[in-house]
Amino acid sequence: MQLTGAQALIKSLEQQGVETIFGLPGGAILPVYDPLLDSPIRHILARHEQGAGHMAEGYALATGRPGVAMVTSGPGATNIVTPIGNAHMDSTPLVVITGQVATTSIGTDAFQECDITGITMGITKHNFLVQSAQELPRAVAAAFHLATTGRPGPVLIDVPKDVSQSMMEWWYPVTLDELDLPGYHPTRDVDEDAIARAVELISRAERPVLLVGGGTLKSGASEALVAFAEATRMPVVTTLMARGAFPDSHDQNLGMPGMHGTYPAVTALQRSDLLVVLGARFDDRVTGRVSAFAPDASVIHVDIDRAEFNKIRHADVTVQTDVRTALDALRDAGVTTPPLDAWWSEIRAWRSRYPLTYDEPVEDGPLRPQHVIEAIAQRAEPGTIVASGVGQHQMWTSQFWHFEEPRTWVNSGGAGTMGFGVPAAIGAKVGRPDRAVWCIDGDGCFQMTAQELVTARTEHIPIKVAILNNAHLGMVRQWQEMFYDERYSEVYLSADLPDYVKWAEAMGCVGLRATNVKEMADVIDEANAINDVPVVIDFRTDASEKVFPMVAAGASNDDIMVHPSQRGGAR
Amino acid sequence: MTPPEPFAAEIVHTPVRHHILSVLVENKAGVLARIAGLFARRGFNIYSLAVAPAESDARFSRVTIVVDAESAPIDQIVGQLDKLVNVVAIRDLAPRDALERELLLASVPVIDHETRARLLDTIANVGAAIVDVDASAVTVTLTGTPGACDDLERTLESFAGVELHRTGRVALPRLGRTATATA
Repeated sequence: MQLTGAQALIKSLEQQGVETIFGLPGGAILPVYDPLLDSPIRHILARHEQGAGHMAEGYALATGRPGVAMVTSGPGATNIVTPIGNAHMDSTPLVVITGQVATTSIGTDAFQECDITGITMGITKHNFLVQSAQELPRAVAAAFHLATTGRPGPVLIDVPKDVSQSMMEWWYPVTLDELDLPGYHPTRDVDEDAIARAVELISRAERPVLLVGGGTLKSGASEALVAFAEATRMPVVTTLMARGAFPDSHDQNLGMPGMHGTYPAVTALQRSDLLVVLGARFDDRVTGRVSAFAPDASVIHVDIDRAEFNKIRHADVTVQTDVRTALDALRDAGVTTPPLDAWWSEIRAWRSRYPLTYDEPVEDGPLRPQHVIEAIAQRAEPGTIVASGVGQHQMWTSQFWHFEEPRTWVNSGGAGTMGFGVPAAIGAKVGRPDRAVWCIDGDGCFQMTAQELVTARTEHIPIKVAILNNAHLGMVRQWQEMFYDERYSEVYLSADLPDYVKWAEAMGCVGLRATNVKEMADVIDEANAINDVPVVIDFRTDASEKVFPMVAAGASNDDIMVHPSQRGGAR
Repeated sequence: MTPPEPFAAEIVHTPVRHHILSVLVENKAGVLARIAGLFARRGFNIYSLAVAPAESDARFSRVTIVVDAESAPIDQIVGQLDKLVNVVAIRDLAPRDALERELLLASVPVIDHETRARLLDTIANVGAAIVDVDASAVTVTLTGTPGACDDLERTLESFAGVELHRTGRVALPRLGRTATATA
């Protein structure tokens, strides 16, 4: 069967089971958009390529399936560089297809030409510049294999216009050999010696902690983790990327570690004598000053990527496999812990003395942002997916939302990409139309990608967006208040400009506003009752609110600053 | 990678702690850029790099990289390199287990008889050979250990106006020793 390269590309995506593409057409990718009209694949027309990329990420994070985005060459391709970099930092499976100028024009500075494989070399797991139509099926199959196996990540396929326009004889790879990836071996047998040494360390530990990272979610290890934690009685901390991997309602969950982690989580890590690290990579936001991080702890490090071993923190035992396989192996090896009662009584004391807290709400406003998040969470139906941008609102959401199941938290961790929230929430809702999807956003983040609400309205994707509008770039403002003598430099945004309600309405959404506690409850109920169009709520919040606890950048986690109301007396 | 000063008292081509990575890669466009980009963005230092088609199979090339094991732990360098999809296999050779060779080419201006005699004397002592001669210059070559090339380079710098190139080294395990097969 003879097909054009463009037809072969779309047919290859169908072979991979792709249901949705997020994209925006243009010159070099034009040939591929024609056969899309005849395909069952749904295309979501984003208003900016960055939006398309973050939508694909949100889709991937909410479903566990790879997100697919398609854009044109040149600026289309460079506009999606931020989502690619974001997905690379958070190991999110993504396949990005970019148009490219014809092979005969590459290297001539042709119109809308850019070297996108060169640009993305350092922020993709791999990328392909396809040289012939006959090679397209292999590139697509290889891209999906690479994106979804081993440590997941973004893969880019650059398709020159003459490749998509030329003819090929249809075929599709059916075996791994046909993918022609001789250097790619993502899985290894579990090292039984390492498992035995891990079991030995765990059996002697008096103050062990399970440090659970994003790899736990990616390997679908949540159930195995609950069983493992309950069998060993070890306390669990869940990094920002792992929120939802272990239920917040579980008595053994201490919450999030790191710069804005809970006091019990941060301090348990500091006092620990054994860290069992599951798919986490000792990010600087978790460790604080590395030399002062968990100084007495031995480390068992489980990761599918061996380059994470000893990169930041020395590991006494390394287990190179996915988290679920490792947990199964530890269980099968008969792992046990000594009684941890003394350890737990210390932890319980920290818990009761330093719970997450915030100042009493003021009835007439301005609203406490933490209160808004709790109010939304209380009124959210079970299984609600929550997305966020990056900044104070993100940290508060991670702290005050109660995550009970995997893949209900969609956020930008490693890259810290402002503007991630709205498009990622749209992608999550497309992937999980059965779930309610809230985006908790900041006013700064919202202004970066809000135009995608036009996409949401047009494509009937009814997400709900809560803007915690404190009229500032809040996290930067917090640092300037605390570390720059309250010298506020370029952080004021205005609460009224833009008018978020009118803006929402102009984009075909319902726009609501709440300035006091009474209105807050009413508008949340109103938003929850709307299921046909997107809703945007402008919550007027107190700009002086800061995220606590906090460990200053580069400080030791021993120097954690708790909420002002908890200060004084012995720690 | 900081090049040595042209007339520095000591020429340092070989770091105190180096490793030789013999890397089998797919012979595909951009593969060298992927390797160079990885070293650049991770802050790993390369001392030399040599590339040639692999012995048996045209699909592959062999890249011999001398890396500074002070700039990052060798396991970290190998682990990151192994993640490049086009990298098929990595052999890590510790210097004591490796047979290393490189090639030096130098054109030396020869303006008088005395200089010519001194040059001939120099190259005879180290086993270098003359490969080209004209009225005003002599081109010499040496294939040898990196240390031998270092020595000759140092000696040749006493001649004014020398133009000198080195290939960077290639290496194999010494017979009876095994490289660490790392990937």
